[in-house]
Amino acid sequence: MSILVNKDTRVVVQGITGKEGTFHAKQCIEYGTKIVAGVTPGKGGQMWEGKVPVYNTVAEAVEKEGANASLIFVPPAFAADAIAEAADAGCEVIVAITEGIPALDMMKVKRAIRDKGCRLIGPNCPGIITPEECKMGIMPGYIFKRGPVGVISRSGTLTYEAVWQCTTRGIGQSTCIGIGGDPIIGSRFIDLLKLFKDDPETEVVVLIGEIGGTAEEEAAEYIKKEFNKPVVAFIAGRTAPPGRRMGHAGAIIAGGKGTAAEKMAALREAGVHVVESPAEIGETVAKVLGK
Amino acid sequence: MKVHEYQAKELFKQYGIPVPRGKVAETPEEAKKIAEELGGNLFVVKAQVHAGGRGKAGGVKLAKSVDEVYEIAKKMIGMKLVTHQTGPEGKLVRKVLVEEGLNIEKEFYVGMVIDRQTECPVIMVSSEGGVEIEEVAKKSPEKILKAFVDPALGIMPFYARKLAFGLGFTGDTLKKAVHFITALYKLFIEKDASLAEINPLVLTKEGDLIALDAKINFDDNALYRHPEIAELRDIHEEDPLEVEASKYDLNYIKLDGNIGCMVNGAGLAMATMDIIKLYGGEPANFLDVGGAANAERVKNAFRILLSDPNVKAVFINIFGGIVRCDRVAEGVTKAASELEVKVPMVVRLEGTNRDEAMEILKNSGLSFILADSMADGAEKAVKAAKGEL
Repeated sequence: MSILVNKDTRVVVQGITGKEGTFHAKQCIEYGTKIVAGVTPGKGGQMWEGKVPVYNTVAEAVEKEGANASLIFVPPAFAADAIAEAADAGCEVIVAITEGIPALDMMKVKRAIRDKGCRLIGPNCPGIITPEECKMGIMPGYIFKRGPVGVISRSGTLTYEAVWQCTTRGIGQSTCIGIGGDPIIGSRFIDLLKLFKDDPETEVVVLIGEIGGTAEEEAAEYIKKEFNKPVVAFIAGRTAPPGRRMGHAGAIIAGGKGTAAEKMAALREAGVHVVESPAEIGETVAKVLGK
Repeated sequence: MKVHEYQAKELFKQYGIPVPRGKVAETPEEAKKIAEELGGNLFVVKAQVHAGGRGKAGGVKLAKSVDEVYEIAKKMIGMKLVTHQTGPEGKLVRKVLVEEGLNIEKEFYVGMVIDRQTECPVIMVSSEGGVEIEEVAKKSPEKILKAFVDPALGIMPFYARKLAFGLGFTGDTLKKAVHFITALYKLFIEKDASLAEINPLVLTKEGDLIALDAKINFDDNALYRHPEIAELRDIHEEDPLEVEASKYDLNYIKLDGNIGCMVNGAGLAMATMDIIKLYGGEPANFLDVGGAANAERVKNAFRILLSDPNVKAVFINIFGGIVRCDRVAEGVTKAASELEVKVPMVVRLEGTNRDEAMEILKNSGLSFILADSMADGAEKAVKAAKGEL
């Protein structure tokens, strides 16, 4: 098993005719993802790259191609609209790659879609991958390998680093999710830990956090109370000075809150294997798995 | 994005939020003229820099005459103001705000942010105004009242009433407080603010509620739809290297160490800083070259991080995913030879076409120090910066 996406996931790409959308849709198809439709308002009726039908609306893509998940590459000014449209059309999984969406847009759209029964991943994230089945995102497919590790991360390249450390030790992954670096995101650690809890394939979870916010502390509380699998965690930004935004809009120590030290302490207290160095993620996972 | 107090107060006025009468001055002569226009015999001269803690640092002074305004402004304009937020180098004061003095009865605190946990705007008020609100939050959190506003509803009167009653206001002052809170919410939402803080909000002896101070930060991601806000940016307040980096869409933050870092991705960049520290070194900067680490970007990134004179070694840590490592290696080689880099360069490349990339670096004729892993690279960079490699 895996969580959220698998070989049966039928993906519509919103913004498929754009430069980013085209490039990454091709990579996803190459990986084996079923891209069944594209959406670009005004370009409906075209055939993208001669093989994927383009529609004007997500609703049409759902109706005519049976799409049940959407991968979004539209520019930030239109991204909230695109997310809401995907939810309205009934997509169950929505992955927003777009970086730079205004926080107030995300606040509104997240509230608006909460009763739609969909799961939003991102924005400002690398996406989600179930190795050897479905890649809905911009991550390099070849670094992943199928196996027992679930990965949830606020960062992109740091996720690749962690995954690569596992893969090169022969340890594969069940599903890896980059949840995004913004203050308001569709799914937090805790939402995905709940899914991994019920996934029999996942034996251990790698959690990669960052400074800013309290999502890691919330996750720690949940892990302590209800999570029944080992967790390995790394928190980036121990050396970040307060008040400075470290690249991601969400990565900022504000008002003395959101420091790496607090997050690491909370996770340790919950029994999580917290690693000091980002270079130790793979070997710690191996130890936990008894390999 | 941050703005100055005088700019925030201009916005407040547009939304009907009362602020003291006053104007900004760039010379002591202007300051004196403003005081003359204001009249009266009590003035406040406030240094306009993007940093908190100005009062304690001598950046806010009372004056009892227009001549005193002139004298204070003369000293303040051109001085380096050092507060707990500026670092030891301080910030150059280029402008001062000259305002009328008020008869203060009591001071309060009003703040607003987007709460990440509830994903709602939250308005906070406290009767403990004029002091460090973080201290109040720590020592007596019950003295901070909060209203979490449902974004679908917007600022209903009951939210504002709840806060205003909570502060102990009654009658006419209660109405004024409700108006104040409502107007602040409107400003925050309509202009895509990320933080608003009024500390203190004062009740005058005449019964008026006035924003004595004003701080607003705006969401950088939303500036595209507020050109009038984007115009308020004062690049003098930012680090020149950071301004330069932003021109090339590079995310650069200057730090105090001596190991220049060039990394792709914010998370990996932070982790790289962390691992340098673990090996006993100090990062000179945070630098995310972004997903598309092509030759041009790499070159600009190199140039910017090397213009920091403290840099004694460079650590390049790239995880090539979609970006191919050989392309990055070409960029690094080209940039390093064009810029005639004098300090040791430790390079760690992992991911797509790594082996080809290592060949390019080895055959470049430049003396790169190659690393096998992130840990190896960090260790080598720390040694190189100490001159041990």
